[in-house]
Amino acid sequence: MNLTLYVWRQKDAEDKGSLEKYDARDINHHMSFLEMLDVVNEGLIQEGVDPIAFDHDCREGICGMCSLMINGRAHGPEKATTVCQLHMRHFKDGDTIYIEPWRAKAFPVTKDLIVDRSAFDRVMQAGGFVSVNTGGAPDANALPIPKANADVAFDAAACIGCGACVASCKNASAMLFVSAKVSQFALLPQGHAERKQRVEKMIAQMDEEGFGNCTNYYECEAACPKEISVRFIAKMNREYLMATIAK
Amino acid sequence: MTTSQASVSFTTASVGKKVLMAITGICLIGFLIVHLIGNLQLFIGQEQLNKYAETLQSLGGLKWGFRLFMLVLAVIHVWKGVVLWLENRRARPIGYHREDTVQASLSSRTMIYTGLLIFAFVVYHLLHFTLIVTNPEYAQLKDSVGRVDVYSMVITGFSNYAIAIAYLIAMFLLAYHLSHASESFFQTMGWANDKYLPKLKILSNLFAIVIFIGYASMPIAVLLNIVKLPGGGN
Ligand code: HEM
Ligand code: SF4
Ligand code: FES
Repeated sequence: MNLTLYVWRQKDAEDKGSLEKYDARDINHHMSFLEMLDVVNEGLIQEGVDPIAFDHDCREGICGMCSLMINGRAHGPEKATTVCQLHMRHFKDGDTIYIEPWRAKAFPVTKDLIVDRSAFDRVMQAGGFVSVNTGGAPDANALPIPKANADVAFDAAACIGCGACVASCKNASAMLFVSAKVSQFALLPQGHAERKQRVEKMIAQMDEEGFGNCTNYYECEAACPKEISVRFIAKMNREYLMATIAK
Repeated sequence: MTTSQASVSFTTASVGKKVLMAITGICLIGFLIVHLIGNLQLFIGQEQLNKYAETLQSLGGLKWGFRLFMLVLAVIHVWKGVVLWLENRRARPIGYHREDTVQASLSSRTMIYTGLLIFAFVVYHLLHFTLIVTNPEYAQLKDSVGRVDVYSMVITGFSNYAIAIAYLIAMFLLAYHLSHASESFFQTMGWANDKYLPKLKILSNLFAIVIFIGYASMPIAVLLNIVKLPGGGN
């Protein structure tokens, strides 16, 4: 299949950048979206043009590095799918595809389609951990956890930190990511001790990074490759209210 | 470990602002319900509505306390709404060339616009029926026992097509605001979950429809001559 691509090109963080048109020729239906870009890049390299820079690592949907806005959707048109797992059979011969980087003040573009997502790391450093004295590993059955709690905590922990929630949110809000992280700890006994200061610190850091405020659009949930539910946002709001009232 | 250095003031933190919007919003909704029940006495008749209005007016200090409370609620709600909106625009300084919307409702995406239009309407409504500035002739209306004739004032007011239509449009915008607002309230307060959220969406829309029908019934009844001036004329 042959495609027309409009790709965001930007030399570095300071460059203004622009959308450039490229032809993708003889693309195989079985390729992933990133493999399609690899093919385009091969061509560009042969022509002596700087290849399109994009983030990726595992290419199996677990690392959260791939991050492309495809035709106005974070991670493209398929539900619960990262770009690296998106196959070209979901497109038709002759399609025009717009490829843009995540857009948020807190995620500055560093080159082409690559953005700096270290704001997420700083939110995690603010409270996304459990403080323990590391010793020998405790027995697995020393700390009983109800199955229902473990399941919900696991749903929250499925977040891979890709940032699609921020990219798809009309307010560039990071609530889905932060709420998944807050919930994953709050639901387990190990995270219980620090739950109040955790939610306050992580939200304070989220605000400081310049993410927007949630207005309950729920676009994040629709874009999330791990189908993190907006119920975690409600949970974080509750955690935050409880922490505030407790003071 | 101290918590103080990280805990930004509740009222300026993102989630705190949302909670303020939600609490002031739900109080305003409470007022809307009470106000609607009061107003629907129009259908019982002149005697009932005018007596009710006179009772409210006679509350004196309580009345002013209540008005002040409503003003504070409205100011916080509008102010935080505008701040949220401005901050959210700043959070994405460079937009997309192509941007899709998957599940955000149109009502959720137009909250600031419906909100500001409702605000403009509330100002007009107060000037029209409460302070009687826009139609000073209403001030002369008195009923047979010498009370302010709120009944005739409302009917005279809605007999004017332009005014009645303006009220109907405003009520539609209000209902549209509420269809997202009531559901949003539960999410913001942390009371929504997977089980309830879909039901809340439906209930929120139903509630908005009830509010619309309730308020719209009055100008419509006047336009259709279902409620008439005491003399029978219109
Ligand atoms: C009788 C009038 C009003 C009522 C009953 C009302 C009620 C509500 C409620 C319950 C919410 C949901 C809060 C939440 O997000 O959880 C809300 C949101 C909102 N209101 Fe109002 N409101 C009214 C008037 C206004 C006015 C005059 C404005 C003008 C700026 C406004 C602007 C907004 C905005 C921007 C939101 C969205 C906040 C968000 O989604 O995060 N509202 N309203
Ligand atoms: S919540 Fe979903 S979209 Fe957001 S960072 Fe986690 S996995 Fe990505
Ligand atoms: S490259 Fe790892 S999730 Fe896509």
